[in-house]
Amino acid sequence: MDEAVSGLGRAARREQNPPRRTSVVGVIGEVLITAGVIVLLYVVWQLWVGDLIYGAERNAEGTQLSQEWAEQYEGEDPVVAAPEPDPSAPATPVTVPPPVLPEAGDGETFAVMRIPRFGSDYIVPMAGGVTRSRTLDPIGIGHYPGTKMPGEAGNFAVAAHRTTWGKPFNRIADLHVGDAIVVETQDGWYTYRFRTLQYVRPNEVDVLLPVPQAMDVPAGTAYITMTSCSPMYAMTERIVAYGVFESFTPRTAGEPASLQAVA
Amino acid sequence: MYAALWRVLPGPWWVRVLILLVLVAAVLYGLLFYVFPWVSQFVNPQDVTVGLPVAPTGAPVS
Repeated sequence: MDEAVSGLGRAARREQNPPRRTSVVGVIGEVLITAGVIVLLYVVWQLWVGDLIYGAERNAEGTQLSQEWAEQYEGEDPVVAAPEPDPSAPATPVTVPPPVLPEAGDGETFAVMRIPRFGSDYIVPMAGGVTRSRTLDPIGIGHYPGTKMPGEAGNFAVAAHRTTWGKPFNRIADLHVGDAIVVETQDGWYTYRFRTLQYVRPNEVDVLLPVPQAMDVPAGTAYITMTSCSPMYAMTERIVAYGVFESFTPRTAGEPASLQAVA
Repeated sequence: MYAALWRVLPGPWWVRVLILLVLVAAVLYGLLFYVFPWVSQFVNPQDVTVGLPVAPTGAPVS
């Protein structure tokens, strides 16, 4: 009986107590715990969530560009378009000499890159310049200023992230010899075929020469050079993928066979 | 800090939980889409280009 009364009394006293005052140490502790959680969140964002967000954004932007170009082409006066191909003729791939675009300005998107090996939904915008702040982070793939444009004899050199920021070149080391690397512009599709990978030191700029790594050799062929970081999440080396130009397919001919999915 | 926040929130406990969830979502959104991308350019040096310290355009290669 006494115990029950005293128990009730304790409960009543607890209810009457004013709410506990916030202590300085308590606040500091909570701020530190919060900071720790935010740092962990940052790591999660950097390694996984950010790539999902940016990767999807890149592909959506690239797809939109590709569709805009297709619609522009369809909207053109049909008289201007090339004559209908003879349906009875054997289906031969239509290729024409590649038109050469003027070099794009810094951060100016001029093409999208499509690599069937990286998936049918891989369509990443490409812009002039290789600075992180203006091209590589916000847009995707950057074109080295001063190197050739797609289809031009010489070296068309581009760079992109291999990790983070949507990681456009994440699977660069998975390319097989002969894989199509397609640069789609308003005019059509430039198909390059992947040839070889190389790992170089960051200062080896001769991978950007008209004929990669060959000084004073005039280029008779069009090459593509793709650079990214190696090893992943580090900056001690660069991974370089080389490709050779195969053909240009104008919009009149429709999407080239090189865009078909690979096994 | 969080105890004070809990006391400041109005309504019964489930309303407070709802408000907190909305607050957490808003903070997460701000972090993921604005704060983290901004921080990333400082804490995560990633070079993907080959080049000397100065690129052909004169802009520093980063």
